[in-house]
Amino acid sequence: MIRSHVLICGGTGCTSSGSLKLQEAMNTELATYGLQDEVKVVLTGCFGLCALGPVMIVYPEGTFYSNVKLEDIHEIVEEHLLKGRPVERLVYHEAKSEDIHHATSLSETTFYKKQKRVALRNCGVINPENIDEYIAMDGYAALGKVLTEMTPDDVIQTILDSGLRGRGGGGFPTGLKWKFASGNRGNVQKYIGCNADEGDPGAFMDRSILEGDPHAVLEAMAIAGYAIGADEGYIYVRAEYPIAIHRLEVAIKQAREYGLLGKDIFGTGFNFDIQLRFGAGAFVCGEETALMTSIEGNRGEPRPRPPFPAVKGLFGQPTVLNNVETYANIPQIILKGVDWFKSMGTEKSKGTKVFALGGKITNTGLVEVPMGTTLREVVEEIGGGIPTGKKFKAAQTGGPSGGCIPASLIDTPIDYDNLIAIGSMMGSGGLIVMDEDTCMVDLARFFLEFTVDESCGKCTPCRVGTRRLLEILDKIIAGNGEMEDLDRLEELSNYIKSASLCGLGQTAPNPVLSTLRYFRDEYVAHIVDKKCPAGVCKSLLQFKIDADKCIGCGMCAKNCPADAIARTDYIAPGHKLASFAIDPKKCVKCGACMEKCKPHAIYKD
Amino acid sequence: MKSLAELAAIREKMQSKVVIREGNATTRVVVGMATCGIAAGARPVLNAFVDSVNKEALTDKVTVTQTGCIGICQYEPVVEVFEEGKEKVTYVKLDAAKAVEIVEKHLKGGNVVTEYTIGAYEKD
Repeated sequence: MIRSHVLICGGTGCTSSGSLKLQEAMNTELATYGLQDEVKVVLTGCFGLCALGPVMIVYPEGTFYSNVKLEDIHEIVEEHLLKGRPVERLVYHEAKSEDIHHATSLSETTFYKKQKRVALRNCGVINPENIDEYIAMDGYAALGKVLTEMTPDDVIQTILDSGLRGRGGGGFPTGLKWKFASGNRGNVQKYIGCNADEGDPGAFMDRSILEGDPHAVLEAMAIAGYAIGADEGYIYVRAEYPIAIHRLEVAIKQAREYGLLGKDIFGTGFNFDIQLRFGAGAFVCGEETALMTSIEGNRGEPRPRPPFPAVKGLFGQPTVLNNVETYANIPQIILKGVDWFKSMGTEKSKGTKVFALGGKITNTGLVEVPMGTTLREVVEEIGGGIPTGKKFKAAQTGGPSGGCIPASLIDTPIDYDNLIAIGSMMGSGGLIVMDEDTCMVDLARFFLEFTVDESCGKCTPCRVGTRRLLEILDKIIAGNGEMEDLDRLEELSNYIKSASLCGLGQTAPNPVLSTLRYFRDEYVAHIVDKKCPAGVCKSLLQFKIDADKCIGCGMCAKNCPADAIARTDYIAPGHKLASFAIDPKKCVKCGACMEKCKPHAIYKD
Repeated sequence: MKSLAELAAIREKMQSKVVIREGNATTRVVVGMATCGIAAGARPVLNAFVDSVNKEALTDKVTVTQTGCIGICQYEPVVEVFEEGKEKVTYVKLDAAKAVEIVEKHLKGGNVVTEYTIGAYEKD
């Protein structure tokens, strides 16, 4: 009989830091002690605290171990699972408590305290490859409820009333999308699509949901199918997500075996089945029309809207396409009700949002908070602040399509409309934190380079316009900018926004516009003073040695790959050896000297 | 799956198996599993507790865990029962049969099995 569960994170983050090996070692050790029938090892989805991976939690005590190494497994099994003494040195520092047998609940730690897990509720709790565990958590009960107690119109009305908006970026009301596609049920072929083509660099919430709770997405797609009268669904997932794909395949197989997908579900006569389609990783395929074109087997290029997918979508038929996180909310809205969902969030943005925290932040990982939580709470409290102790400068939301939020707006409650108002956007929920060492011109250039690469090339404003933008930024970064370039950047950005065919082009200039709006002085510093205030843009930097601080040890010269550093004749007062100096003509600005300099005599100017 | 009843059956069967992860239990049964405890036969006691807590469908409120040496080796196997808002009860010199009895009378019925507690032995 099982008396203890060991939940090991099997998300992509922890898997790449070795959690599968931990699982294997754990099973071997348990067998050595004859505990294999008493302790159950479960591989789950993402816990969220990716920065501390691999992580595991041992129940019933609820002991949370972080940064577990292969050599720790023996100790955990012998001490904790056999003798009942949790291994204190491995317990996450925030989850330590006086009584080691009754761990501080994870929900009490600063990382989890302000979180509200709706879309991620099963991630890190159940085994995603076991449909029974999903059912134990009320899985497929929502599908049962809509099929037996609700009419399709009731379902649509419920989603409309809940105020749920698309979590993929645009924030379009989900219920409205369903309503548009609901006409003429039973007489036309319709499709349900799931957009799992998470292209925004730095976002990984959709992947984590698919890895941690795939059945929630399948169930929600079936509910959507019932609501609009569709019997076929497609999940478009990127091929770069092998774990997510594997778990989806397992989940679909199990759901078919149980008859939760297929013909005559729950004996109600409702048929629904789901197929997977793999994307090759093009950013543009996250755009709905390009995504559908790709599913149809053609090159992933967008087409003009209207007609919208609800009228003419996949294979020319009415289609509802939602994002993974949107779907993950739906079964719970059906079960717990509209009022429950509306109790979370702000007036126009209901529910929660998952953010992928990255960049200069202590708790890199996945967090889910009610809409309206401020950026400060997310960054400073849940995220644990900036590890280097440097000052928060800005956060980028929405990835390459979004914009930056400067430190002065850190108390803005995050929801769809507030973010648009300050020139950014929700996007899929990537949140990249930047400190003083980030150059905002360089940041804009980074994202623009990404969109230039990813532009599909079908329309001219995007294909040519973004490249011209990039060239102007390159010119400024190289120190050849003129003040007129700033006007050119703005003018061209606005043209690209208004004239591009799809969302990729329409949002591509956002990083440029938002950095110009909040950090114009940095652009001016690059153009007029020929300086990069953050010390990032190499063409505008000079490495210099403070002759009075230099102790003449010569470590800099030894480590210089370009032989650009030589001893001078000058001996600083109080020093025994002559100081060194850098020849700016030879210097390649690699920074190797600065790293090696013990008295910190080398600086960037 | 042809009916909601089938789904409900699976849910009920599985819920008792994953409830352990919710950490909502209000009663903890702690079995001393140091060298002395194991030598005195704590393992079968632990297994008996786990078994009958499952059988009596008490998993949503009772967890069974182990601990190290409690410090009264002459009384092993020793088991402590912590109930929220109540005094700790210490059972001593247990075996599997007594464990089953404790689950039935104490954990399920709410009556401490006084004759197995440390107080009863100390009087002798």
